[in-house]
Amino acid sequence: MENLTLLMEGFGNALTLQNLLFALIGVLLGTAVGVLPGIGPAMTVALLLPLTYALDVTGALIMFAGIYYGGMYGGSTTSILLNTPGESSSVVTALEGNKMAKAGRGSQALATAAIGSFVAGTLATIALVFVAPFVVAIAIGLGAPSYFAMMVFAFVAVSTVLGSSRIRGLASLFIGLTIGLVGLDVTTGQPRLTFGQPLLSGGIDVVVIAVALFAVGEALWIAAHLRHGTPPTIPVGVPWMGKDDWKRSWKPWLRGTVIGFPFGAIPAGGAEIPTFLSYVTEKKLSKHPEQFGHGAIEGVAGPEAANNASAAGTLVPLLTLGLPTTATAAVMIAAFNQYGIPPGPLLFQTHPVLVWTLIASLFIGNTLLLALNLPLAPLWAKLLRIPRPYLYAGILFFATLGAYAADMQAFNIVLLLLLGALGYMARRFGFPVLPIIVGAILGPEMERQLRRALQISAGDPAALLSEPLAVVVYTVIVVFLVVPPVIKALRRRFGRGAGPTDGPPEEEFDAFGTQTSDGSARVIRAVRPSRRGK
Amino acid sequence: MPITARTMRPRRTAGTIFLAGAVVLALSACGVTSAKNTEAAVGGPIENLQVMIPNAPGSGYDVTGRAAVKVMDDLDLATGTEVTNLAGAGGTVGLARTLTETGNANFLLMMGLGVVGAAYTNEGDAKVADATPIAGLIEEAGAIFVAADSPYQTIDDLVTAWKADPSTFAVGGGSSPGGPDHLLPMQLADAVGIDPTAVNYVAYDGGGELLPAILGGKLQFGASGYGEFLEQVKSGDLRVLAVTSEERVPVIDAPTLTEEGIDLVFTNWRGLLAAPGLTDAEIARLVDAVTAMHDSPEWKQVLEDNSWTDAFITGDDFSTFLTEQDTRVADVLKTLGLV
Repeated sequence: MENLTLLMEGFGNALTLQNLLFALIGVLLGTAVGVLPGIGPAMTVALLLPLTYALDVTGALIMFAGIYYGGMYGGSTTSILLNTPGESSSVVTALEGNKMAKAGRGSQALATAAIGSFVAGTLATIALVFVAPFVVAIAIGLGAPSYFAMMVFAFVAVSTVLGSSRIRGLASLFIGLTIGLVGLDVTTGQPRLTFGQPLLSGGIDVVVIAVALFAVGEALWIAAHLRHGTPPTIPVGVPWMGKDDWKRSWKPWLRGTVIGFPFGAIPAGGAEIPTFLSYVTEKKLSKHPEQFGHGAIEGVAGPEAANNASAAGTLVPLLTLGLPTTATAAVMIAAFNQYGIPPGPLLFQTHPVLVWTLIASLFIGNTLLLALNLPLAPLWAKLLRIPRPYLYAGILFFATLGAYAADMQAFNIVLLLLLGALGYMARRFGFPVLPIIVGAILGPEMERQLRRALQISAGDPAALLSEPLAVVVYTVIVVFLVVPPVIKALRRRFGRGAGPTDGPPEEEFDAFGTQTSDGSARVIRAVRPSRRGK
Repeated sequence: MPITARTMRPRRTAGTIFLAGAVVLALSACGVTSAKNTEAAVGGPIENLQVMIPNAPGSGYDVTGRAAVKVMDDLDLATGTEVTNLAGAGGTVGLARTLTETGNANFLLMMGLGVVGAAYTNEGDAKVADATPIAGLIEEAGAIFVAADSPYQTIDDLVTAWKADPSTFAVGGGSSPGGPDHLLPMQLADAVGIDPTAVNYVAYDGGGELLPAILGGKLQFGASGYGEFLEQVKSGDLRVLAVTSEERVPVIDAPTLTEEGIDLVFTNWRGLLAAPGLTDAEIARLVDAVTAMHDSPEWKQVLEDNSWTDAFITGDDFSTFLTEQDTRVADVLKTLGLV
């Protein structure tokens, strides 16, 4: 309860007309810069940080909070509208978000992202107020073995997004893993797959991979089919979320928050894995799994909430230990230093007023962000009314800009085009694109954690089971992998009489279902039992 | 002068203009331009200065580079300054990029011992000697950190345990091989009679990743700059067993290695390089601006806030220093049998 009093005091400090103006400016600028592809939240905050220097500490903090959340949110807009993720944490948003936009539901996608970000940001900030010390005690106990276990878990979860053909899905995954290998080996400094090109020694930026596979690949695809006539302009439907959209969004928002917050709070968590896990979870739990891949609103609501909850989660180790877990948090440390507040374990004791003002500012920034973006969603969505050739020209322009801005390397544009060609080929031959990106994100991280765990233990593989969380995660994985086939086998043995309500096993349904429309999937469902009877 | 310089260098690419534009736009949108008009350097401020940080935001290079840029901005030594982070391969990606900016007189690279070490171990084409030396800025000694609940109370305890079984004794640092956090434990091992090739060094991606590993007791000890974890030391979450400077550090209650009978003094340093192919006048202009920055009370404050030691050298002295450092890294790695 003492925290609550202090928080109210923080609101008292933050809520002046002048400060609200600063917050508004921060949110506007953060969104404006964050919306540009290739400029992730860390870069946005770093770019805009100098603006806050001229203000007093409270004003600076509140403007900073606005920039932070604005930058976090901005990335999802291009993901949804242009299929051009601005940073790795909004890659997953593009999957369903862009499909929704193409179906004329862009404003619904933007709205569920905005509200989801607000809900998750607010809940996670509340969690920050109350559970920070407990969470951080657990987080510090986690080491490489636990992280490795979580990566294994994420890889198991990948199996649900492999698409209609297992073989093609796995091929895609391995292409992604190979792309992830490019660069200097983290432990020994050996160059891998760099072909003597020094610019490859830092690896390939995930944003470049995602933008190339999504946006460039798609633009090439459209261009290749232009001789069949110009595709019609994308329709723009009703501007607001309908009752059904709300009904389908609120649970993913909450689940996304629950997934995102702890990942943000642990040192090697980040935002990519929780967005991806949230997507997989929503796909599993959805009543409309057949819509995934065609614009399911759950696939936007969940990952966007996870993304923002993870952003708030990173404040837990930052404020309680002075420990930055993401690049954005590291920039925040620099910011605190500029305000004369050394972030560290004593922060809550030495500068309670400032910390609570910052937390209050986060609430305010988050609210203003919603107030700003919700009305803007339908306006943004109208962007898609641009005739296709011009729209794709614009997308290619932004994709190129984003690839360049990610690293300031002209070489990235070459990579973008090469990977774009790969994206085109993937579409042409029916290889799913998502496993490529998942492989490129998870592969290097998994390798790093495995090698670190083994290095610390001097090569003893038993170390992988040395942490309780690792054991728990492996148990869950085994349950996941073993229980469904066992149940299936048991049903087959004892439950033959169950009849048509039984339905086909999920993989087989998937195998037919994902590429066909809603209707034909049903047809197959109806046909299945008779085939089994033979 | 700046205009000729601009026409001489390769055309500016869209992203750079756009980034610079974003900053300028943002600055003007807010009306918070740095309008403090103090004595500008001869020839006016350096317009549209580009400063490259060869590491992620929040890293030591980043903190130093951005602090320097802020002071230069505040003093109107440079205007429209744009800071770019280009991480990769221990800083060699940024170095390689700098070498492509031939003739660009408005470009600076933040660097230090880590970049020298990485350029050496990566065996790439990018060599520090190919860039134009501008100035060495700061020095920072290292320290040996353990978690509060670590059994080691003194450096002696630690060394005894380390000697007993070096291969299972996990040691961590925030640099890749060749960088300061790697050289420090290796040199320490050598100084206390442990074969450096037997040291189990775990590389972390900067202090941010290293800290939880030390706090969580995953490592027997961590090596880093002493300023990196000051707050955690103050709060008692971390303990410093020894600092590697010649004299004790006022803010840290720990002995030096030499006091403890270990013959090792180790310092990390950071400085600025410019692109190759500059005229003497262009070099002098950059050196003058950095010198004016260094002489300001604002910079003194930065040094104090970050507990950095002033180690300002420019021109030929800095070139000589860089050559010495290149040899130092090579010698250390060779004599320790690590390359």
